[in-house]
Formats: sequence, C-alpha cells, structure tokens
Amino acid sequence: MAALNSILFFFLSALAVVSAILMVTRRNIVHGAVYLITTLLATAGIFLLLQAEFLFVVQVILYVGGIMVLFVFVIMLVNLDVSLLRFQFNGQRFVAGVLALALSAQVFLAIWMGRNSLHLPEPAASIAAKNTEAVGDALFQRFMLPFEIASILLLVAMIGAVVMAKRRV
Amino acid sequence: MGHLIPQSIVPYVIPVICAVVIVAVLPLLAGYIVLMERKVMADMQARLGPMRVGPHGLLQPIADAVKLLLKEDIIPEKADLLLFWFAPLLSVTMALVAYAALPIGPAFQIADLNIGLLFILAVSALGIYGIVFGGWASNSHYSLLGALRSAAQLVSYETAAGLGLISALLLAGSLSMKEIVMAQYDQGVWFIWYVPIGFFIYLVGSIAETNRAPFDLPEAESELVAGYMTEYSGFRWSLYFLAEYANMIIVAGIATTLFLGGWLRPFVSFHDHLPGTSVELLDALPSLLVLGVALYCFYLAPKQPVKIQKLFMGAVGGLCFLLAAILAGALFAPAPVQQGIHGAFWFMAKVFGYLYLFLWFRFTFPRYRFDQLMRLGWRFLIPLSLVNLITLAVALLLTREWGWNLRLTTILSAGVTLGVAALLLKEDDAGSQMQTADGE
Amino acid sequence: MNATIPTDYYLWLSLALFTIGVIGVLTRRNVIIILMVFSRMWGSVDGQVFAIFVITDAAAEAAVGLGIILAFFRNRETLLADEMDMLKW
Repeated sequence: MAALNSILFFFLSALAVVSAILMVTRRNIVHGAVYLITTLLATAGIFLLLQAEFLFVVQVILYVGGIMVLFVFVIMLVNLDVSLLRFQFNGQRFVAGVLALALSAQVFLAIWMGRNSLHLPEPAASIAAKNTEAVGDALFQRFMLPFEIASILLLVAMIGAVVMAKRRV
Repeated sequence: MGHLIPQSIVPYVIPVICAVVIVAVLPLLAGYIVLMERKVMADMQARLGPMRVGPHGLLQPIADAVKLLLKEDIIPEKADLLLFWFAPLLSVTMALVAYAALPIGPAFQIADLNIGLLFILAVSALGIYGIVFGGWASNSHYSLLGALRSAAQLVSYETAAGLGLISALLLAGSLSMKEIVMAQYDQGVWFIWYVPIGFFIYLVGSIAETNRAPFDLPEAESELVAGYMTEYSGFRWSLYFLAEYANMIIVAGIATTLFLGGWLRPFVSFHDHLPGTSVELLDALPSLLVLGVALYCFYLAPKQPVKIQKLFMGAVGGLCFLLAAILAGALFAPAPVQQGIHGAFWFMAKVFGYLYLFLWFRFTFPRYRFDQLMRLGWRFLIPLSLVNLITLAVALLLTREWGWNLRLTTILSAGVTLGVAALLLKEDDAGSQMQTADGE
Repeated sequence: MNATIPTDYYLWLSLALFTIGVIGVLTRRNVIIILMVFSRMWGSVDGQVFAIFVITDAAAEAAVGLGIILAFFRNRETLLADEMDMLKW
C-alpha cells in the first residue's frame, strides 16, 4: 500500500509539472487551458493523497468546474486567429528566465538548508474519515472572521465583474 | 475460497464486479430509455411509435447502435484534432465515473465515499468541458455558439440544483450517499415530504443540467442544428448520446437518493407483519405490482392481431411473472439478499418514475428561449433556493432547539418560501413585459 | 501510510510549480495566459483552511481580471501585453 502511495504521488506530481510546462509554452490558448485543467486535477489528486478530501472536491468543483469554465468562455469569446501567427514570447524572455531560475534557486537553498529545523506537520497516518466535518468546524468556529471577509470579497468581485463586463448600451 | 484470492485484492472484488455490471448494462439501458422515450412520445401524440424493428419495436436500439457504429467518421476540415478526439471521451468518462458513488442497493455501491454527493457534483462539473471543447474543436459557428450556450446554462443551473440538494442535506446531516438513505430510514419518511420545494428546485435544475426540454435550446433540431454535436457523426456522436442519457440516470439517481428514499420502500416505518410470519406487509408490494403487470400482459395477449405479437406479449407476461416470483421468493431469503433484490427494484422503479417526469415534460412544454432560460435560472431559481434554505434552517432550529414538530415547521417554511416565490414571479412578469415592450 | 513520502517532497513540488508560474507570467505575451499562470502560482500553498481561502481569492481575482480583459478587448481589440501601453509616457 505504501508503494501505491509513492507511485501515485510521483505520477501526479510529474503530471502536474509536465502540464504546467506545457501550459506555459503552448501557442494555442485553448490547448493551454486544457493543460491548466490537467494541472489543477493533478494538484487536486495530491490533496486527496494527503487525506484532504474536502479540499480535493472543493478544488474540482470551484477551480476546475467554475473558474476554468469562466476562462474557457472568455478565451472562446475573444479569440483572435491573428494572434496565433505571431511569436508567443516577449522580448524579455531570456532575462525573465534567468531571474526566475535565480529566484527558484534561492528558495531551494532556503528549504534545503532549513530542512532539519523546519518542523513541518506530519501527514495523518490513518484515513481521517471526518475530514469534512473537521474543516467545517474550523471554518465556522476558529476561522469565522476570515470566512465572512471572504464572502464579502466574493460579493465585491461579483459586482465588479458584472459592472466591467456589462455592455454600456 | 479465501485462500484462492490474495488477501490484498479481497476489498476490491465486489466494487470491481459492481463497476463491470454498471458499465456493461449502461449502454443497453440508455438505448432502451431512448426507446421508452419514443414510445411515450408516441403515446402522448396518439400514435404508436417504433413498431417495425422487432416485436413492438423492441430491437430498435440495437438497430440504432449497429447503424451508428457503421457510419462514416467525418471530421471537419480545420478541426482541432486533439480536442475533437478528446471531448466526447471526456463527456462519457465523467458520466460513467459519477456512478462510483451512486447507491443502487445497500450493498450495491462501488464506493461509499464520505463526500459521495460532492464527488458526483464535481464529476458532473467536469462533464461540462466535454461540451465546451466539442463545440470549439468542430471549427463551426453553430457548434461554438451551441456549446457556449449549453455550458452557460449548465453552470447557471448547477448552482440552483446544488442549493436545492442542500435543503435535503440539512435533514440528512451527512454527505455520504449511504448515510443519507439511512437517515431517511431512521426518520421513517422520505425527505420529499419535508422539503417538496427543494425537490422541485432540483427537478428543474436537473432538467436544465442534462439539456432536456424545455431547456434544450442548445441541441434542438430546429434551433442551432444540433449545437455542439453538429459536426460529430457515427461512434463519436453515440458517445455524446450515451453521456447525455447516463447523465440523466445519474441525476435521477441523486434525486432518488436524496428525496425519494433511495432503496427504501414507500412507507418505511410501517412495520406490520403478515400474521404468523416475519414478512412485513408492505414488502409484498413489489411482487404484487409486477404480478399485476404480468396478468395485464396475459390479458392483452389474445387480443393482438398478429401471431408473433401474441407470442411476444405472452413472453413479456412470462418474464414479469418470473420477476414477481423472484421478488416474492426474496421475502423468505436471508436479510441481505432480500434487501439487495428489493432495494434494487425500488431504486430502479423510482429512477424510471423520475425519468418518466423528464419525458413527460419534454412533450408537454414549449421550449424556453435562451434569455428566458437564463432569467429563470438567475432571477427565480437561485433566489428561491436561497430563501428555501433560510426558511428550512429556521425550521430545523425550531425543531432541534425548541422541540417543535418537524412536519409543522417544514410546512411553515414551505409556506413562506411559496409566498416569496409568488413575489418573485410577479416581479419577473413585470420585468419580462417591460423587455418585450422595448422591442427586444 | 504516508510515512514513506517525506513532507519536503511536497515542498519541492510546490517550488517547481511556483517557478514555472513565475516564468510564465514574465515571458508570455497573451494576457489571458498570464492570468491563468498567475492563478497557478497560488496552487502551491499549504494548510487546508488556508488553501480554501486561497481558492476563494483566486476565484475572485480571476473573475475581476477576466472582466478587465474583456473591457480592454472591447476597446482596443488586442490581447497582447506589448500593445497594452496606454499608460506609458
């Protein structure tokens, strides 16, 4: 069983990384969106491996089933064929690549050097069957204020999006 | 037997058998639901429906399947091949994966997930991409418009349907499908009697979710040709088709589990026994019903004009008689067997009843125009479902904290919700009249 | 059951996804892709309740960002970041 766990983890993380790279490099935007969906699903699978089943399902319903549908809609409504012919990467690409790799190397060093002193919580050793109930308890008791603030944030975002996308007749 | 199967595989044997049964039976079932639809449509239009292929048209689905498999696979010129191939596959895979959490009987469930209901909703949300990418990949205006309209409709009604489901979830207290049915068993009554408005919201939402009439603008023949399915032919089209009917059965299964008691019989808490035996009275109901159908077939058999139809009616009657005998025999079998067989019978009966509602609405109501459809979803159903949730929460508070009778409080909450619904409808009428006066 | 995968592996995965995100944001021209990739950078944080809030925020930001892109597209008919230079001197 532990072997199955490792296999799944490496498969899902490889899928996530490969899909992310493909998403960033595709010429066709719709293909990029497909690879983003794959990345999100792989990440959701990793959540499931960490026994965070509520987070898995929330990611699939909201992120993949909601936000990405929104993205795909906008892509299909504004897609210009002419943009497919022009070069996809801007003039800064080399500098940007070098800087990004430098940033990543710094974070890598930070994690590597501190890996013994960083007390990360161990993942749950057994299947936490009450995960959804635990998350619900946390959200409505300990994290009540952030929950309410998040709902106001969503309301504001909804109003803002409607106002900006409305056609001024 | 235990030492023939390695110990690590034993927990997986039953789910795999269930999965194989479901995947094998489903295409046949979908085909016969199409036949049922055509027969019901014919009956409501005072005609007979398919009668040629096989006795009473019963081999029609098989003829259709063979035709679809032999058709030429036409791919449009500048179609996006990756997505064109992938889209129907995505639709049908998601439709089939959703069956993993559906409880057909107490032991006939592939996986009793703790978040079963959310899992099915998540997988249905993924099925939207099959539609969107199919329409895009066809490189055709009709397909793209149909796909976008269909996806917009699905996303809008998904919210309303989910809120309708939550009203039953408040009563059940768990997301696990099996727990929801057991909660109905413990409370002794189907949840539809407590939250009929939630059931209505879910009914309308599920009709829109599966692109069925009166919400079938994206795929009606006289509108956008066939919407996202226009450029698909042969086997690819049959995959979309299978996905649509599998979705219908899933949605009926969810409604059955949450509102209609799943595999439970109608009067769950009526435990009177036949005198002298341990058989409960109402458990004899299934076999009596099927026996009635068998007797009706035998009654109709001599009246058929043609000999082969006489034989056919006789054969159907015989099959029903056999089914009634199995159901009656199960009464005297050990409890798991009885629960399994009777549970499957009641579940399928309720699913077919719900699907009959779908078919009935298809041939009764005129089609909604797209803006009317969106207005109905956003300005009527979502506010109604929110108000329903609030009133139900108040009702549950009154019951659980202050001990009022649950039936009384749910009737009060339903009354308040209906009042709000009337207000919403009145305001909407004024709104739509203003729209048409502007010449829109 | 999870004892065989050390927790740092998840950190390395997060780092890899974040890096790809940064490269994507800095180098692509099409703003929709930039927005998509930007949202992917948030996918690499830890802590369940925190992750739920991150998803909520990503949803809000995606909605508003797409609204801005639509409004911009309606005015200027372009989706390339190079051509969105109306604030330049």
